[in-house]
Amino acid sequence: MGYRVSYEQADGLLKTWQEQYRVYAPKRFAGRGWRPGTDMIRYGEIQSFRDVAYTEQSHFSPKDVVAPIMQTMLSFTADEVKVSSIDDKGILLLARPCDIHGIQRLDKIFLENGGQADFYYQRYREKIKIIMIECREGWEHCFCVSMGANRTDAYSMAVRFDPDGLLFEVRDEDFVDSFAGLPTVDFTPEFVSQDKNPVQLPVITGLEQLKAAYDLPMWAEYDDQCISCGSCNTVCTTCSCFDTIDVIFSETSRDGERRRVWSSCMLESFSTMAGGHAVRKTPGERMRFKVLHKVHDYRARFGGDEHMCIGCGRCDIRCPEDISFIDAVNRLSAAMADQASVAADTKEGN
Amino acid sequence: MENIMLPSSAKILDIIHETTAEYTFRVAYDQPIRHGQFFQLSIPKVGEAPISVSAKGDGWIEFTIRKVGRLTEGLFGLQPGHTIFLRGPYGNYFPLESFDNKALVVIAGGTGMAAVRSLLRHYADNRADIRDVYLIAGFKDINSVLFTQDLQRFRETFNTIATLDHMTVPGFSTGLVTEHIPSIPFAELGEYNVVIVGPPLMMRFASEACIQNGADPDNMWLSFERKMSCAVGKCGHCKINETYVCLEGPIFRYTQAQELLD
Ligand SMILES: Cc1cc2nc3c(=O)[nH]c(=O)nc-3n(C[C@H](O)[C@H](O)[C@H](O)COP(=O)(O)OP(=O)(O)OC[C@H]3O[C@@H](n4cnc5c(N)ncnc54)[C@H](O)[C@@H]3O)c2cc1C
Ligand code: SF4
Ligand code: SF4
Ligand code: FES
Repeated sequence: MGYRVSYEQADGLLKTWQEQYRVYAPKRFAGRGWRPGTDMIRYGEIQSFRDVAYTEQSHFSPKDVVAPIMQTMLSFTADEVKVSSIDDKGILLLARPCDIHGIQRLDKIFLENGGQADFYYQRYREKIKIIMIECREGWEHCFCVSMGANRTDAYSMAVRFDPDGLLFEVRDEDFVDSFAGLPTVDFTPEFVSQDKNPVQLPVITGLEQLKAAYDLPMWAEYDDQCISCGSCNTVCTTCSCFDTIDVIFSETSRDGERRRVWSSCMLESFSTMAGGHAVRKTPGERMRFKVLHKVHDYRARFGGDEHMCIGCGRCDIRCPEDISFIDAVNRLSAAMADQASVAADTKEGN
Repeated sequence: MENIMLPSSAKILDIIHETTAEYTFRVAYDQPIRHGQFFQLSIPKVGEAPISVSAKGDGWIEFTIRKVGRLTEGLFGLQPGHTIFLRGPYGNYFPLESFDNKALVVIAGGTGMAAVRSLLRHYADNRADIRDVYLIAGFKDINSVLFTQDLQRFRETFNTIATLDHMTVPGFSTGLVTEHIPSIPFAELGEYNVVIVGPPLMMRFASEACIQNGADPDNMWLSFERKMSCAVGKCGHCKINETYVCLEGPIFRYTQAQELLD
C-alpha cells in the first residue's frame, strides 16, 4: 500500500513510531566534513523527517546502528562476569538498498559463520526494522548494480523524499495502522538499473588462479601510496572485524569491563601476534587481503551469487591518499582476464 | 539468546614453573575436550588469548603459557586458589581415528610442545593404540626445557630426541630439530602420520626437511598460530583466504595448509 504525506504528517507518524522505536537516518553535520568547508553526513537519531539528508550519500554507513563502533560486552570483578544490557526500544533504520544488502552481509558473518550467532550483534539486529530510502540514480563513485546490491525487498517500509512531501510504501502489517486516514497512492519504489561507472569483477577459479592473483605486481604499488590508516574499513558497511579489549577501572582492583571495538585489516597490528610476528607486513599485502575478501573470499566461503562488497564506493571517497578500491578491482579483473587469454592462446598454440 | 562469548570462571588448582618464562596452570574443568583444542583464556586485568590445552586429567586441564605479552604477564601474578575466566574448547583436534595403530612422528619446537603434549600423554597412557612413536622435541637451551617429567616418560616409551639449539648437555642432543629429521626412517614406517608444531619458520623448515627425507605430505599435520580475538568466526583476525583458522583449524593437513595464502 502507498501513501502520500506532507513533512508535517510524516513527523506525526514519526512521533507515533518513536513510542516504540528509536529512528536512525543519515543526518547532515555542517562543516564537519573531512575536507575544509564540507559537511559530514552520518547516521544519527532523527526527530523530524526534515533532518534526513537524502540528497547525498552518507559518508558513514549505517553499520554502527547494528554493530556500534564500541560496545561494552560485560563487566567483571575478580570472580564474576555480568553481561551488559541494552535498552528494549526497537530501532527503525532508514537505509538505501546497498546498505540493506550490506547489513545482510554482516548477518552472514555475525549470525551464520561458525554455525552460531553472535549475541552482541543479534541483540541489536533482532530489533531493527528497515525503512528503505528509495535510490533511483546512484552517484559517480558507486556501483551497486555491478555488485548485484541495487535491488531488495528486505524492508518494512520504503520512502521517496521529494522537496514538498514523502511517498511511503508499507509492506509490514505492524505499520499499516499508523497511516490510517492518510491519502493513498500507487507507489512502488524504483531502483538504480545502471551504474554510472560499472566495475569489472575478477574471475578467479581454483588455487592456481588465486595464486596468480596474489602474485600480481600491482599490490606492491600500494606500499608507497597507502598510509595504513584503516579509514576505508571504517566507512565500509560490510567490514565486520573487531578487537576485544579489557579495560580496568583502577590499578588496585581487578574490576573492569570488556569492550568490542571495530578493527581494521589495513592496520599492521591486525595480524601481529605476540612476539611481533606479523602475517601481512606491507600495505600492499593488506590491500590484497582486503580486496580479495571483498570480491573473492567471501563468496568462495559462503557460495551463492553475492560478494561481500556492495558497491557503495564510500572507501574511495574517504581515502586520504586518493587510493581507489574500484580501480584496484578493475585492474585485478583485467590482469586475471589477460592471464586467462594468454593461457587459452598457449593451449591453442599447442 | 545464547551468548557464545561469555566466559565462565575456573579455579586454579596448581601452578608449575616450567621455566622462568613458561608456567603451567592446572585449572578445574570436567567437560570433555579433544587433543589439540584450545581455549580463550582471560584474566580480568588484560584480555583474552588463545591457549592450547597442554594436558587433561580427572577434573582438570592444564595450560602452558609463555610470557610474551601483556596478557601472559598478568597471568604470571596469579596464585593457586585464584580464578581465571575461560571459554571453549575451540578449534578442531588431532584425528585420533587416523592416528591409531599407525606410526606417529611428532616434531615440536619450544612452546609448541604445549599443543602436542596432551596427544603424546594420551599415547603414552595407551601405548597399545599406536605403533612406533618418534618424537623430536627442540628447545633453545637447557633453561627452556618444558615438561621435564613427561619428557622422561616419553623417553622411556617412545623414540625420543630432545635437542637443544646450541648447547651440549648430557641426555640431550644438539642442533635444531631439522637437523635430526634425517634420522627418522620414513621409508620403513609403514603407515604413519607426522605432526609438526612450533614457531612459523620452524614449521616451514621442518615440513620441508620431512618431505626431503621422503615423508608423504598427505600424512603431515601442522598446528597454526594466528592472532585471534573471538575464536568463534566473528572477529576476522584469523582469516586466511576463505578459511577461518579458529573454526577450520588450528590443525591443518600440510597439503591443505599449502592452499592457505597469506
Ligand atoms: C590456537 C592457538 C593456540 C595457542 N596456544 C598457546 C599455548 O598453549 N601457549 C602459549 O604460550 N601460547 C599459545 N598461543 C599463542 C598465544 O595465544 C599468544 O602468545 C598470546 O596471544 C599472547 O597474548 P598476550 O596478550 O600475552 O600478548 P599481547 O600483549 O596481546 O601481545 C600481542 C601484541 O603485543 C605485541 N608483543 C607482545 N609481546 C611482544 C614481544 N615480546 N615483542 C614484540 N612484540 C610483542 C605484538 O605486537 C602483538 O601484537 C596459541 C595461539 C593460538 C592461535
Ligand atoms: S569495499 Fe568500498 S565499495 Fe565495497 S562495500 Fe566497502 S566501502 Fe563500499
Ligand atoms: S587505502 Fe586509503 S583509506 Fe585505506 S588504509 Fe590505505 S590510505 Fe587509508
Ligand atoms: S579468531 Fe575471530 S574469526 Fe577466528
